[in-house]
Amino acid sequence: MELLREMLSYPFLVRALAGGILVSLCASLLGVSLVLKRYSMIGDGLSHVSFGALSFAVAFGWSPLRVSVPVVVVAAFFLLRIRSNGKMKSDAAIAMISAVALAAGIIVTSMTTGMTTDVSSYMFGSILAMSKEDVRLSVILSVLVLGLFLICYNKIFAVTFDENFARATGVNVSWYNVLIAVLTAVTIVLGMRMMGAMLISSLIIFPSLTSMRVFKSFRGVVISSGILSVVCFVIGMMASYRYSTPAGASVVMVNLAAFLIFSAADYVVRMNRADKKVGHGLAGKEE
Amino acid sequence: MNPLIQCSHVDFGYENQDAVVDVTMDVNPGEYVCIVGENGSGKSTLMKGLLGLLKPTGGVISVSDELRRSGIGYLPQQTAAQKDFPATVREVVLSGCLSRRGNWPFYSGNEKKLAVKNMERLGIIGIAGKCYRELSGGQQQRTLIARALCATDKLLIMDEPITGLDPSAIAEFYEIIRKLNREEGVAILMVSHDVATVVKEADKILHLKREVLFYGTTKEYLKSNAGYIYTGGA
Repeated sequence: MELLREMLSYPFLVRALAGGILVSLCASLLGVSLVLKRYSMIGDGLSHVSFGALSFAVAFGWSPLRVSVPVVVVAAFFLLRIRSNGKMKSDAAIAMISAVALAAGIIVTSMTTGMTTDVSSYMFGSILAMSKEDVRLSVILSVLVLGLFLICYNKIFAVTFDENFARATGVNVSWYNVLIAVLTAVTIVLGMRMMGAMLISSLIIFPSLTSMRVFKSFRGVVISSGILSVVCFVIGMMASYRYSTPAGASVVMVNLAAFLIFSAADYVVRMNRADKKVGHGLAGKEE
Repeated sequence: MNPLIQCSHVDFGYENQDAVVDVTMDVNPGEYVCIVGENGSGKSTLMKGLLGLLKPTGGVISVSDELRRSGIGYLPQQTAAQKDFPATVREVVLSGCLSRRGNWPFYSGNEKKLAVKNMERLGIIGIAGKCYRELSGGQQQRTLIARALCATDKLLIMDEPITGLDPSAIAEFYEIIRKLNREEGVAILMVSHDVATVVKEADKILHLKREVLFYGTTKEYLKSNAGYIYTGGA
């Protein structure tokens, strides 16, 4: 607590915390749907595209967020289309696109400004990267993402669980897929400044994977992911401040710890249940 | 009584290849219709068309007004993603009510009551709080039927529903469907491989092999040439 108070006395850290908490929350909520739909890799692909776009923006002196948000949204559309066309395996297509985007970004960078701290911070993240304007934009977009997610919660559940059924009952499935992709794209661009292109996808997949170890209901997983992501982010930032480790990497490590703890808890619960069944002579009925 | 779904001279194709040619059929309220045929005979294609997931390349499919409003109750084949999906039975069943809400984002008390009613109907109210991925195949099947009934109890469309079920679950499944059809007047349209059982259960058979080999009542089917060969003279 003392540590947190000390951290909050630096304005740039307050900004980073405020922006980061909102972005982690968005990422974790969308992540539940993405992970369950086997879309985990899309987050990774989009973050590389976002890196490419940011490099171009820096090289030509444009505003980084204003360039990369539209580019990544377009990339998200594109990745979904590949998936539904089905001529090329989508994981291969995503791997290809992310490599190309990364390569394009690196070439443009080396031809113009060279590897500045700016570009390196997009790669690995930096808490100093959040300007006042970034934070304002993050807050607005995050609130938008959260609002849409809450309003569409039931439809997102239906579309995630069973697209064909949802379509047969008259839900506009492609619209919701696009919505999820766009929200993901926006979240990734916002989170990338702090977490870095290499690590941002962890904000999306870790909280939901961790929650799925323990919780049995969709609602439980969603709520737990939201809480976990914020808690892990704050602890990660505190660790980063205390031990001077990079912020993004610290948050990932805290997420890993949470995952291991939840897995262990799940294991213990299962063992207990199995023991009880043995006690009642039902061991043979275990699957 | 108007038919729930009516096809006249419908064709389906993928990229210049005809998958299904010239199908004329209808499903009336309370009927039990089965589509049979070998793998690749176009059964699933036709069914996707009936569900509105695929546009016909020729002919007309007309769906009754009532069904168009509510959407069609559909029991799909399970996907790999669903096998480990964290959701309770209650959540899955309730998601069938979605089309009743229109654009309003949340469920009302009426939908929740409907979900409870359908869970009772299928005897899964006792496991409403259980996780879908921890259920047996038969229980998962019943959950999905309850979900489909939440959308509409006029017509239930099923795609190879017994795939992956063990024999006792299969017997139970046919019993549930028979009960829904005979006692509650739910029309059934089922795509199936299981001809031996189908000829005992269904009122009407559509035998498909790209085009319609046979369409008519089950009695006629057993006497027909196509039926005789396919059922081995059962």
